[in-house]
Amino acid sequence: MADRTIRVLLAKLGLDSHTVGVTVIAQSLRDAGMEVIYTGLRQTPDMVVQAAIQEDVDVVGISSLSGAQMQHIPKVLTRLREEGANDKLVVVGGVIPDEDAYALKEAGVDEVFTMGARTADIAAYIRDWWDHRNR
Amino acid sequence: MTRNPITLAEQARNGQQAAGARLIRMLEEGDEGALVGLRTLLPHAGRAHWIGITGPPGAGKSTLVDGIVGEYRRRDRRVGVIAVDPSSPFSGGAILGDRVRMQSHATDPDVFIRSMATRGQLGGLARVSFEASTVLDAMGYDVVLIETVGVGQDEVDVVELAHTTAVVSIPGMGDDIQSLKAGVLEVGDLFIVNKADLPGADRVVKQLTAMLHLREAAVDGWVTPIVRTEAGRAHGIAELVDVFEAHRVHLETSGGRERNSTRRAERVFRDVLGERAAARLMAAAPDGGEAVLAALRNGELDPYAAVDALLGEDETVDSD
Repeated sequence: MADRTIRVLLAKLGLDSHTVGVTVIAQSLRDAGMEVIYTGLRQTPDMVVQAAIQEDVDVVGISSLSGAQMQHIPKVLTRLREEGANDKLVVVGGVIPDEDAYALKEAGVDEVFTMGARTADIAAYIRDWWDHRNR
Repeated sequence: MTRNPITLAEQARNGQQAAGARLIRMLEEGDEGALVGLRTLLPHAGRAHWIGITGPPGAGKSTLVDGIVGEYRRRDRRVGVIAVDPSSPFSGGAILGDRVRMQSHATDPDVFIRSMATRGQLGGLARVSFEASTVLDAMGYDVVLIETVGVGQDEVDVVELAHTTAVVSIPGMGDDIQSLKAGVLEVGDLFIVNKADLPGADRVVKQLTAMLHLREAAVDGWVTPIVRTEAGRAHGIAELVDVFEAHRVHLETSGGRERNSTRRAERVFRDVLGERAAARLMAAAPDGGEAVLAALRNGELDPYAAVDALLGEDETVDSD
């Protein structure tokens, strides 16, 4: 009776208060059959990591529309590693300049979705990763 | 991280949140090995006070839970939370948003919050609410708060799960007759009138008081309190937790805790028996029951006849 459902944490870090994008993503992932844990605004890296562990999510999604991605997201990656929780897929979405996207991927972010990414593509990317991981 | 349920259970008992979380996940996925881990935890569970918080959508349950967690933390208790939200009946997905209101405890190592989707379970809870609560209990959390989905009138499963059930009402939900309905309003060990600063709160308190007067006195002598709160401003929360504590003491002195455990064990037994027996019957049928299901789908069999066919029972009836 395997009931494998992909669980995704969606978070916004720091003072970024633009929620439209993350709400749209949450709904599209739900419609793709995933369980989305939305933690709300003004998260710190520690809050994101503790929630990711307690909820045992497969995917950590961070929405960044404030330009502060380089301040916060590398800290999330470091904290996930410190907690031994770096088996999770980490995706970032939002307004991310190319050089930041490159730097984030270098730091360990699995994928960056910038403006114009289609919600269906994000769900498909997660599903592909999941299918590969579970063979 | 390991998926060995025995190791996970051990680590969970030693307070490792990641291990407890993984075990809950495996239980939720119906992993049969996870039950082995759960069973090693059962003898270590049974200390915590399980408190159910139920009420209609928008009543402020999550905000109340946030306040209650804070109050228990001030009293130096460790708190686990199971927060249930509905799964989409169409996609099976869910948006679990209860954590949004519980941010004040997001980095407290003595608070463990787990969001759960109903995954098709009716009754206001997630399918493995009992199992998840047991894991938190065995991990040493002193209080396990179980927040149901927003309920209507009849989703009362939480009563069979929790030691103490609080039903949350708010002003403006309906006329007097609403308070006479069977179901949710019958089950509270206490009632919370939240958003008590809004107009109409006195009226809700009055209606609940009248309803409680009509209710037969509880055989065990518990007098059902009504507590006014404004969760958004943390008003009334300390008084509320005092009532939880009074009920816990009442249960312990009146034998209610044992009655509660027995009832819960029986409920879990029946649920698991039903689920596993049904699965076994389906598996034992030729082609896993597919022929019967096909006959059901194309209208050859009605649902009752389909069950009879699966059970191998004669569906002909003597008619004379």
